[in-house]
Amino acid sequence: MVIQQDKMQSLAARMAEDEVKGRSPWADARKRFLRNRAAMAGLVILILVALFALFGNRFAAWSNEDLDFNVMGQVATMGMPSVENGHYFGTDDLGRDLFARTVQGTQISLMVGIVGAAIAVIAGTLYGATAGYVGGRTDQLMMRAVDILMAIPYMFVLILLLVMFGRSIAMLFLGIGLISWLDMSRIVRGQTLSLKNREFIEAARATGVPAWRIILRHIVPNLLGVVAVYATLLVPLMILTESFISFLGLGVQEPLTSWGALISEGARTMSYGTLWQLAFPLFFFCITLFGFFFVGDGLRDALDPKDR
Amino acid sequence: MFAFVMRRLAVAIPTLLLLIIFSFILMHLAPGGPFSQERELPAQVLANLNEKYGLNDPLWKQIWNYLTGIVLHFDFGPSFVYPDRTVNELIASGFPVTLTYGTLSFIVAILAGVSLGVIAAIWHNSWLDYLAVGISIGAQVLPNFVMAPILVLVFTLWYRLLPGGGWSFTDPTFWIMPVIALATSYMASIARITRSSMLEVLGSNHIRTARAKGMPEHRVIIRHALKPAMLPVISYLGPVFVSMITGSVVIDIYFSTGGIGKAFVDSALNRDYAVMMGVTILVGALTILFNLIVDILYAWIDPKIRY
Repeated sequence: MVIQQDKMQSLAARMAEDEVKGRSPWADARKRFLRNRAAMAGLVILILVALFALFGNRFAAWSNEDLDFNVMGQVATMGMPSVENGHYFGTDDLGRDLFARTVQGTQISLMVGIVGAAIAVIAGTLYGATAGYVGGRTDQLMMRAVDILMAIPYMFVLILLLVMFGRSIAMLFLGIGLISWLDMSRIVRGQTLSLKNREFIEAARATGVPAWRIILRHIVPNLLGVVAVYATLLVPLMILTESFISFLGLGVQEPLTSWGALISEGARTMSYGTLWQLAFPLFFFCITLFGFFFVGDGLRDALDPKDR
Repeated sequence: MFAFVMRRLAVAIPTLLLLIIFSFILMHLAPGGPFSQERELPAQVLANLNEKYGLNDPLWKQIWNYLTGIVLHFDFGPSFVYPDRTVNELIASGFPVTLTYGTLSFIVAILAGVSLGVIAAIWHNSWLDYLAVGISIGAQVLPNFVMAPILVLVFTLWYRLLPGGGWSFTDPTFWIMPVIALATSYMASIARITRSSMLEVLGSNHIRTARAKGMPEHRVIIRHALKPAMLPVISYLGPVFVSMITGSVVIDIYFSTGGIGKAFVDSALNRDYAVMMGVTILVGALTILFNLIVDILYAWIDPKIRY
């Protein structure tokens, strides 16, 4: 038996090299996500909208509170979008600069969406992971409570809350946060149930790690993929809810504004021919929802092991 | 089956009771009583009013009276702002309108959504598929409060085809815009769900068997593929139905249709808590009832569920 030693060695070296360059599931997911054109387009849209919200005010010629007295009273003829007088998106019917207002509305709507989703993620993950991990009667009780809360017509309760305790952003956050975690907790519970009998959890239990630590250190990190997907899909739902409420005039109050409030204003004044008041907020609203839906779907395809 | 329905009812009824108690306590916690308005009422008048509406009783007794009123007489009590009208009257005047356009948009959303989804799945990766997916993606970002102004802009202000608001039970031109505005975004979701579940079913073994034994394609789809593919759609119907009722808030405001949403928003702006609670509880009861129906339907269609 002739052993070509150097050939073997080079082969071994090459194998070792391959071994080092192993791919983690996260790298796989990233690659799939980067290849997904719709998701990448969504990501670019979202980055652009975020930049618009963060830096838009630098480019605004007017502040969002100043009234342009040249335009006031003849908005339909003088308040059109134009670069010359600095109203890039035109003005609203009070003569306020719509560009600055749209920047402000974008900031608030995005904030509501992200904070609402964050509340849902934290509350839903902890609740669902606890119910799933503890199991038994506790689980039954906790999930029945979720079932009951799900049956409550939340939009009506949210309006009820806003009217009874005053309209404020804090109340809006609380109201939206209170209802949005329910779906999340169900999803997380299901995932936890499949995780909790795995060996590494058993090992942790055998070495005497307390339950809350197992949940926080071993269960929750393993749920991150699922949670990330649903969080991305939750943000547009939160934005929709806030816009719905603001459209009714029950959400954010003047001088603050949001996409829903701006769309409502535009819808009210469009019969005067000031279409730009509807068009610009609507445009930002729609492309942002597109962006989040595309990114969410892309993340799901990238992280879902079923579709490999 | 009977036991299953009974078990579901055993959950549904406590849920409804909890909803009633919850909204009552919420009303009780709200700052200011129902009669605290800008103009201060004389103390004696206030005391008389409180006495008349039973607001001096202990909380549990108030809840008990309210509960028994609803359960035994279907009576939601008097409105605090319009003393001559009861909550029942206010609801009864708007509910038929909401139910009419709500049901219509529910049907439209299901029919259009399922057809789009099925077409997209049958001609997978053809231009028809791309068109259907394109429509459903576009429609997904058009919730009712976005669709309403766009429809009015196009059909009333530009082309003057349809009335921009109002309601009539006899003239269907008043129905078109509310129904489209409500149905669009849900049609999109239903289409997406149908498409993906239909694709999954079309790839399964029993479809291959049906094709292999020479069954014509339309019968394969209608008899063997459609039924299992509808399961995820059915479980989505509960939320859709609720959204139709919730959406009436926007529709009633925007199209002045005078449905139940109008009663709700008016009472919200007037702080007429009794009406708000009445509407909330009614919608909650409808939600629970509809979820029950969906569960039963689901159990009836899906052979894998044993009850």
